[in-house]
Amino acid sequence: MAKVIGLTGDEAVAYAVKQCDVDVIAAYPITPQTVIVETLGEFVANGELDAEMVHVESEHSALSVVTAAALTGARVFTATCSQGLALMFEILYITSGVRAPVVMAVANRALSAPINIHADHSDSMGARDSGWIQLYAENVQEVYDMIFMAYKIAENRDVLLPTMVCLDGFTLTHTLERVEMLDDEVAKKYLPPKPTYPYPISAEKPATYGSLALPDYYFEFKMQQQDAMNKAKEVIPKAMEEFSKVSGREYDQFKAYAIEDADVITVALGSTGGTMRSVARELRKQGYKVGSLTLRVYRPFPAEALMEALSGAKVILAMDRTLSFGAIGGPLFEDLRTLFYDAEKRPLIADIVYGLGGRDLTPAEAKAIFKYGLEIAKSGRIPELVKYVGVRE
Amino acid sequence: MSISLPKPEYLAPGHAACQGCGATLIVRQVLMALEPDEAAVIVTATGCLEVVTTIYPRTSWRLPFVHLAFENAAAAASGIETALKVLKRKGLLKEKKKMHVIAIAGDGGTFDIGLQALSGALERGHKFVYICYDNEAYMNTGIQRSGATPYRAWTTTTPVGKKIPGKPQFKKNLAGIAAAHEIPYVATASPGYHVDLIRKVRRALNAPGPALLHIICPCPTGWRHDPSKTVEIARLAVQTRFFPLYEILYGRKYIITMPVPKPLPIIDYLKLQGRYAHLLRPEMKGEVEKLEKAVNDFYKWLERMAEATKDIPLPSWYHV
Repeated sequence: MAKVIGLTGDEAVAYAVKQCDVDVIAAYPITPQTVIVETLGEFVANGELDAEMVHVESEHSALSVVTAAALTGARVFTATCSQGLALMFEILYITSGVRAPVVMAVANRALSAPINIHADHSDSMGARDSGWIQLYAENVQEVYDMIFMAYKIAENRDVLLPTMVCLDGFTLTHTLERVEMLDDEVAKKYLPPKPTYPYPISAEKPATYGSLALPDYYFEFKMQQQDAMNKAKEVIPKAMEEFSKVSGREYDQFKAYAIEDADVITVALGSTGGTMRSVARELRKQGYKVGSLTLRVYRPFPAEALMEALSGAKVILAMDRTLSFGAIGGPLFEDLRTLFYDAEKRPLIADIVYGLGGRDLTPAEAKAIFKYGLEIAKSGRIPELVKYVGVRE
Repeated sequence: MSISLPKPEYLAPGHAACQGCGATLIVRQVLMALEPDEAAVIVTATGCLEVVTTIYPRTSWRLPFVHLAFENAAAAASGIETALKVLKRKGLLKEKKKMHVIAIAGDGGTFDIGLQALSGALERGHKFVYICYDNEAYMNTGIQRSGATPYRAWTTTTPVGKKIPGKPQFKKNLAGIAAAHEIPYVATASPGYHVDLIRKVRRALNAPGPALLHIICPCPTGWRHDPSKTVEIARLAVQTRFFPLYEILYGRKYIITMPVPKPLPIIDYLKLQGRYAHLLRPEMKGEVEKLEKAVNDFYKWLERMAEATKDIPLPSWYHV
């Protein structure tokens, strides 16, 4: 019987990282990620985790340290969010470019200005084109489980791409939930063997990492990353399936509720998925044909699987917890609209922008969102392509 | 250790550096300090050295080489040093040779954009050697001024104009900044004095913590000098006291390794370089005197520091 304990999202990350036998951790404190680093610091100080903590002077150095460390074949970890992720931006592309299988927890937090420490997805969404795999957790159990899956995916020899595990600031990072732990032995068996990198730094086989590639080769390097992302589309479901087997917890690229015959389906990332499902359940009891889908994998975008899951809907509401200033809509909305452009049966797709800077999405608002979707289904027209929910006029 | 040459060449010929490049000369000298049972992971900042030695699909490096970005050589070196330490402890490192970590960056990547990462790495005490090859400007982007560009030197961003004749500021004291971290070893060196340079690298490799070498690096392209004069200019920098050679141990003990009791006139150094051509004009005499006074004042200060700290004993690892 697996151990069950109460953990916050941040603690869950740290417990999972410990069980992943990580070798090098480098991080810089930023709210609401700090508890991850503090807890790992305790594990290392107590000898519970045989790893080195590099207490860097910035997030830029944090990612530089773990990226370089990963090239030796060591398993590495870092965590950040918001301004910290923004400061890492330059190195994000280098980590994926040198194919370092870094795993990073992102405690999703709004970006300044104005400064704010609460949840939204503007930080990780800004990094969606950086060549990192992005997983989003709905609850603390998923946070814990996704760390194991992240290493499994990142270190896969056909993938070798850095992976972010995103968890909503405070809503998940600081909320205590029931977590079923994985036995150490089970975790060990699930994880790939070391070295984590197929060409570890070695004096006997000296190699050059991070060279200069001019117009005659650069494009091929980038295409290899694109190939790796495409391969990740196959590797991710397998890694999740395998994890389901060893943990007894069902995992797929998304978590769907009542979508089979739904007229309206909301698609959300992160903890909002739980709110939408709970409200959808209530509405179903009242006879409304609504469903919800929580997307766990945002990059690579699971296009085919989503197309199949959503194609029966009359209306899809994309739930964007970020703004893409000046764009037609939010990033999730644009991905979903693009996905269905060539579909024979094209659902109406509208955008819901909500929850910026940690603003709560209440069950009443969630209900209104579904009702709005049902109106669209009935009328066959979208009154506002992008609807902003929960904001003063 | 006795220093005997030649040694294996870890930097292969055929790279794309300019004729007379000081940086590649320095790297060859630095790597001569490695013993046969030792190897090093080379970590560089973005810059001339990285660009001229790693044009894909070729590489000039016969040692493992890592380049990530411009401002993070010290952070990347920290990561590799830490990882090798953990892997060794866990029995996962399969290396026959002793592995050192040597970070190499230019003055831009050290004095300016990389200073924060460098300070962090020195404070954390990683066991690595940091080499700054100081060609006193952003040469890779085409000779723009840096925090290391000397007083009144011409660069493309400090042009010699009618109102402002070259860079108005003096250069930073990098060795002093590094020494303020009280790390075991800081030294300045010149490729014109290769035995001194190699000996200092050996001390840096032996030091029980971070070590930094600040090395003057003549650049024919940026300094506007004859490519055949690189070594001569590197020597004149020392002989005129423009770039004195000294060591600082644990931020406390100062040692002048190449005393210059009777310096040559600074004009002997300046006149070989086109970047100082304007200083040869009669109306610039005062500026030359100002520069000469500054370098002599600093040298005298160094002498006082060396004298005042001469009784501090030398650590055992110093003797090579």
